[in-house]
Formats: sequence, structure tokens, C-alpha cells
Amino acid sequence: MDNEALRHFISERVPGAEIGQGPQFLTATVPAVNARALLHDLRHDPNTQFDFLFCLTGVDYPPDHMMVVYHLRSTVWGHHLVVKSRIPTRENPETDTVCDLWRTAEFHEREVYDLFGITFRNHPDLRRLLLTDDWVGHPLRKDYSDPVNLIEY
Amino acid sequence: MENLIDKAPETQEYFINMGPQHPSTHGVLRLVLTLDGEIIRKVEPHIGYIHRSIEKMCERDSYQQIVHLTDRMDYLSCHINNEAVCLAVEAALQLEVPDRVKVIRTIIAELQRLSSHQLWWGVMGMDLGAITTFLYGFRDREMITDIFEETCGARLTMNYNVPGGLMFDIHPNFQRRTKAFLAHFRKKLPEYDDLLSNNIIFRQRTEGIGRLSKEDAISFGVTGPTARASGFSCDVRKHFPYSAYPGVQFREILHTEGDCYARYRCRIDEMWESLAIIEQLIDNIPEGPYKVPTKAVIKLPKGEWYQRVETARGEFGVYIISDGLRSPYRLKFRSPGFSNLSALDHMARGCKIADLIAIMSTIDLVIPDIDR
Repeated sequence: MDNEALRHFISERVPGAEIGQGPQFLTATVPAVNARALLHDLRHDPNTQFDFLFCLTGVDYPPDHMMVVYHLRSTVWGHHLVVKSRIPTRENPETDTVCDLWRTAEFHEREVYDLFGITFRNHPDLRRLLLTDDWVGHPLRKDYSDPVNLIEY
Repeated sequence: MENLIDKAPETQEYFINMGPQHPSTHGVLRLVLTLDGEIIRKVEPHIGYIHRSIEKMCERDSYQQIVHLTDRMDYLSCHINNEAVCLAVEAALQLEVPDRVKVIRTIIAELQRLSSHQLWWGVMGMDLGAITTFLYGFRDREMITDIFEETCGARLTMNYNVPGGLMFDIHPNFQRRTKAFLAHFRKKLPEYDDLLSNNIIFRQRTEGIGRLSKEDAISFGVTGPTARASGFSCDVRKHFPYSAYPGVQFREILHTEGDCYARYRCRIDEMWESLAIIEQLIDNIPEGPYKVPTKAVIKLPKGEWYQRVETARGEFGVYIISDGLRSPYRLKFRSPGFSNLSALDHMARGCKIADLIAIMSTIDLVIPDIDR
């Protein structure tokens, strides 16, 4: 599928999606409530078949929202897509898991939960991954500061 | 009295900790194993013992400083990690580096891949009870580290790449010593097969163990030789060539069995390809500057870049979000070890503990790469 067809594919499913061409990949920003359904279709539709989730991460945009960024590639068709799921809050942000679509997401979502505090609904085992269980706060948030370990912003 | 003999014995699952100080985990990785007798029912990796929050540090540092941090992740592929950040910064600045830089970067990256695979081969043999391989692997690796020491000034964390080129030009001895190494290693690499590959005990411990199907490899995001042994064609050097790779001839090694032996075979065959790549380039290093000048304070324009490279372990990606300042707004390292480790549980279920050692060896984990 070329980028034009991908644009059409996404805007058909999420009418309000902001789609732009980055320096490398087509990027679609969608509200978090629609992200899971869109990703499900992108994974399973025979014309898209994005079977390889090569990067999943979070980004913090204070004061009002956070993003979960999915980098997708299809090993069948060779096309790429970046889906950004916009969570409109920083207080208890939540979104749906994609563990069942790509198994690599299980680890990546645990990492995002650990470092950003984003909860993934229906994740089978959502615990902190890199930090200890009793750690307070989420270090990759922009307002995090840790005077003991000299992270001050 | 109850007849105890006719009654089936009652069993129950139990769990043990493997690591964080277990010699076969090659670093501080803790695996919680759920066992039924000696059969593994579940492997739960606990990571983060050496988490240094490199991504957070990157939000504070300049782009030149970030290059140095990447050495401390996968230290066996440090030059290739450096290259990923440099390529991302160069792409963002639309900076074209001289051909000399591209060729030298590629030669050193392939030397690095060889040295990483040599270390892996030595250590894998040792994990499975063959101490000799360790000595052979390190004997050959020593020649490469000596070349690095002379040209880059360091043996392990080399920091040879900078945005825009190289830290300094190659040492006058570089080509001669590299060629001497190539001649030496072409003779020694068949010894690796003689020593280990055809050993009956080694074959029995690796063939058919820890199978990973192609579909699972893709779903788990597994890359590198680990994925290519399952038939997943994912070599970044072939699919998304960078630096001098578009101009060289080499094969992408693919196997389809997906077991420990296929992963082993993949890396051994890759060493031959790396030798071939270096041979094509070593006499053809173009003349020219080794660096293009960059500003002392590099500020990337607003935007996002994703750069991937093929390290010895798989696809290493750098995702930079810049808001136009001297440090990135957000920087994510997609480390190959992290995704490869996530497939360990799937591969090890139903195996014995001794098989888990073989599986871990063939995934070739480097813990700082996972923990970041």
C-alpha cells in the first residue's frame, strides 16, 4: 500500500486523525480511544498487515497530554507507519494494550508503564520492569526530579 | 494400609531464582524459573539491575555527548551504536559525510561484529562445558582489539564516531594490520567448526532445542542472527543500507530451523560475510577529509528521526524527537537485546534447565543493552 492508500485507510476508520508525512515515515496521530481499533485493523487487514512492531514508546507533553508511539512495519508489503496515540490527560493516563496483536508489546508496555506511568488496560502482567517495585514516580516524565540521584530539571 | 505403590506420585510446581549472579547470564540478569521437576514451565526475566536511565540523561546532554552514552549500552557493538546516533544527527542536519568516513565506519563496524561474534563463540562453548573455545575466541579477538586500540585509542568503548565524521583519521598501520588479521582469521575460522560445530555433545545440546518460528520471531520483535535463524529476513544492512553497505557484496545469512544450532550456524556464517565485506573495502579507502565541520553546539531542527543499524545482536534504533534545542526532547533507544529477551520465555517452555543455558547463549544477550 502506498502512503496515499494508507492515509485513506486510516481516515476511513478514524475520521479525526491527523496524518502527516515525516522525514521518513507517514505519521498518524489519533485519540487514544480509537487507537486500539485502528491498530487491530492495521495488523490484521490483508492489505496492510503490519506484523512487525519494532518500536513502542511514550512521550510526555506537559501540561495536558501524553503520547504512546507505535512504529510499525509490514514484513509482507514492506511499508512503514507511525501511529501516535494521544492520551488527553497526565493524571492516571490509560490506554488499551496491544499485547495480543504483537507479543513484543508486553515488555515494551511494561517499560512505558514503569517510566511514564501510563496504564495499559487488559495487559496480562502490568508491573514495573526496570525499576524496583517500590520506586516512587515515573522518571521519564518531564516534571520528575530526583535530588538523590542528581536528576534535576 | 494404603497401597502407596499404585498411587501416582503427587507433584507440584516450584520456582527457583537463576541469577542475578549466575555465570551463564553474562551479567546481572535474574530469571525466575517455574519448574515441574526439571521441566521449565515459565521463565520470568527480572531486568533493570544496571538501569542507568540513559534516555533521561540524553534529554539533558548535547548530541556529541549522547554518542558517548551509547557505548555503554551494547559495549560489544559500541561503534555501531555510535554510528546510529551519528547517522540520525547527520540525517536531521542533512549533512553528507565524505566517502572516506563511510568506508572507515563500515570496516570498523564489521571488525566490531567479528569481535563480538568471536567473544560470543568463546563464551557459548564455555557455557556448554568447552573451556578451550574461550581461549581460541579471545586469542583472535585480541588482534581486533589491538587494531582498535591503535586507531581509536580504546579497546572496548571506542567513541570513534562523532556527528559529521570520525574523531580522528585512521592510524598509518590500520590497513596493514587489518589485512594481517584477515589472513590470520581466514585460516583460524575453520578451526571453530572443527572444535565445536561438529562435536557430537555440542550438536545434541543445540539441535532441536529452543525452537522459534518465523511468525513468533516477528511478533516478538526479534531481530539479528537470532531472527535470521528462524528465516525472518531482517538484516538492516540489506533492507535499509547505510554508510558503505550499498556498495559491497555480501549474503544475508538465513536459516529456517529456528533452533539453537541454527542460531549458532548463523553467526559463524556471518563471520565469513564480515570478512568478505572488509576485504572489499580495506584497499579502497577513498582519500579525503575524515570529518566535515559541525557547529560546536548542534541544534537539530524541529521534527522526528528514526535511524536503525544492524549491530551484532540485531536492529538497533534511535528515535529522536527534537524541539529545536541543543538536547533532544525525547530520545528512545530501540535495543535489540530487549526484544530478543522477551522471546526467551516462549523458547524455553518445556525445555530443561541445561537447555535454557544453550538458549540464552544463542540469543547472545548483553545486559547493559537491555537495561539501558
